[in-house]
Amino acid sequence: MTKIKLTTPVTDDVLEKLRIGQKVLLNGVLYTGRDAAHKKLVELLDKGQELPINLKGQVIYYVGPSPAKPGQVIGSAGPTTSGRMDVYAPKLIALGLKGMVGKGKRSPDVIKAIKQYKSVYFAAVGGAAALISRSIKKCEVVAYPELGPEAIHRLEVEDFPVIVVNDTLGGDLYEEGTKIYATR
Amino acid sequence: MKSINTANISQAVAKLCKDANYFLGQDMLDALQKAYDQEISLTGKEIIQQIIDNAEIAKSEEVPMCQDTGFAVIFVELGQEVHIEGGSLEDAINEGVRRGYTDGYLRKSIVGHPLERVNTGDNTPAVIHLKLVPGDKLKITLAPKGGGSENMSAFKMLKPAEGVEGVKQFVLDTVTAAGPNPCPPIVVGVGIGGTFEKSALLSKESLLRSVGTPNPRPEIAELERELLAAVNNLGIGPQGLGGRITAVAVHVEIYPAHIASLPVAVNLNCHASRHKEVIL
Repeated sequence: MTKIKLTTPVTDDVLEKLRIGQKVLLNGVLYTGRDAAHKKLVELLDKGQELPINLKGQVIYYVGPSPAKPGQVIGSAGPTTSGRMDVYAPKLIALGLKGMVGKGKRSPDVIKAIKQYKSVYFAAVGGAAALISRSIKKCEVVAYPELGPEAIHRLEVEDFPVIVVNDTLGGDLYEEGTKIYATR
Repeated sequence: MKSINTANISQAVAKLCKDANYFLGQDMLDALQKAYDQEISLTGKEIIQQIIDNAEIAKSEEVPMCQDTGFAVIFVELGQEVHIEGGSLEDAINEGVRRGYTDGYLRKSIVGHPLERVNTGDNTPAVIHLKLVPGDKLKITLAPKGGGSENMSAFKMLKPAEGVEGVKQFVLDTVTAAGPNPCPPIVVGVGIGGTFEKSALLSKESLLRSVGTPNPRPEIAELERELLAAVNNLGIGPQGLGGRITAVAVHVEIYPAHIASLPVAVNLNCHASRHKEVIL
C-alpha cells in the first residue's frame, strides 16, 4: 500500500481525506506528552490559563522515551497506551489538537471529539521503539522538565511511520480490522 | 555450604537488566518468524517484520527494544546450602537494578508511592519472588514487565462447576478486553488453582517458560493448544489492527485448589517477551 506523507502542522482539508487503515509517514514537529503532562495541561485550561505550547494544528505523540545514550538524539521511543489520556484528550482536541499518535483503543468520547472537531488518531507499532527512534531527528524539552521521561518534548521527525486508526468520519480500525479476521 | 558475595549478585543483576532489555530471546524471535509466515493480513505481516527488525536494531546497537523497560520482576531460587555474605540479598538485588537501569540507559518507570506518584529515579525497588530450593546454587531470573501489557492482567474466582469451559471463556474475555493495548502478538500466561495470590504468581511464572514450550502435563498442553487456537480466532491480530496472529503461545500452570475454589489469573506479555537468567 502506498504511504501518504503528512507534514505538521496539519489542516482540516488534509485530515478529511485520511481513512482508517491508511499508512502515513509523519514529518515536521511532534510534541510528546503522557499522563502527567496531560494532567498539567488540562489543569491550566480549567483555570483559564495559557498552555506552555500552542497545540493548534499540532500532533501529540504519547511516549516516554528511554534516556539517550551519548551520541543519540533520543533513546528508544515507542508509543504508550493511549487510553490513559482519554480523560484529557477531548479538551485538547476542542482546542485545536489535530492528531494523536499512540497505541490501543480510544474511548467513545475521544472518538466523538475526533469526528466533531476533525482530528485523527494514529497508531505506531507498540514496542518497535528502537526502530521508531531512527525517524526522530531532533529532540528538546519544552515544558515540565521535572517530569523526566514524561516531560513535554518537541521532536522533529522524518517519515515517522503510523497507521490511521480513527478518522474524521468516526471510523475505528481496531473494530473493523478485528471483524475481518474473526472466525466466531 | 557455598558462599556468594552480594557484590557478585548486584553485578549479575545489573547485567541481566541490560541483557533482558537489549536482546530479545531466540525463543521469541523464532515465534515471531513463525507468526510472520502464518499471518495472512498484509498489514499484520508488515508489523511483525517491523518488530523483528526492531529486535535486530536493539541487539546490534545495544539499546532497549522497547522504551518501557519495565518493572524489574525478579525470581530468585536460593539453594538452601548457599550462604549470602556481605549484606542482604534484597539490597544486593536492588543495587543491581539501580546500576543496570542507570548505566544501561534504561527508562526508570517506578514511582515510590502508588498514590503520590513520585519517580524513585533508579527503577527500584524490584519486585522479588524468593523460593528456597535444595542445592548450592543461586538462580536469578529477571523478567522486566512493561505497564501496557501488565495493565491488561485479570483475575477471577470461578465456581468449581464452571470448570474448564469457564476458564477458557475467562481467558478469551481477558484477551478480547485487552485488544490492541498489550502490543500483540502476545504470550498469554494463565494460572489455575491455588489461592488468590498463588494463581497470579503461577500466571506470571508461566511466562518464564521458553515461548511455545508446552506444559509437561498432556491435558494441560492440550488446553494450551485449544486456547491458542481460540485466541487467534478472535481476529485481533498484530497490534490489534486485525489478523490471524494475536498470540504466539498460551502457557498454563496449575496448582491444587480448595474444594470450594477455582481461581484463574491471566497475565499477558507483549511481543517484547523478555526474560533472562543467571546461575551463580
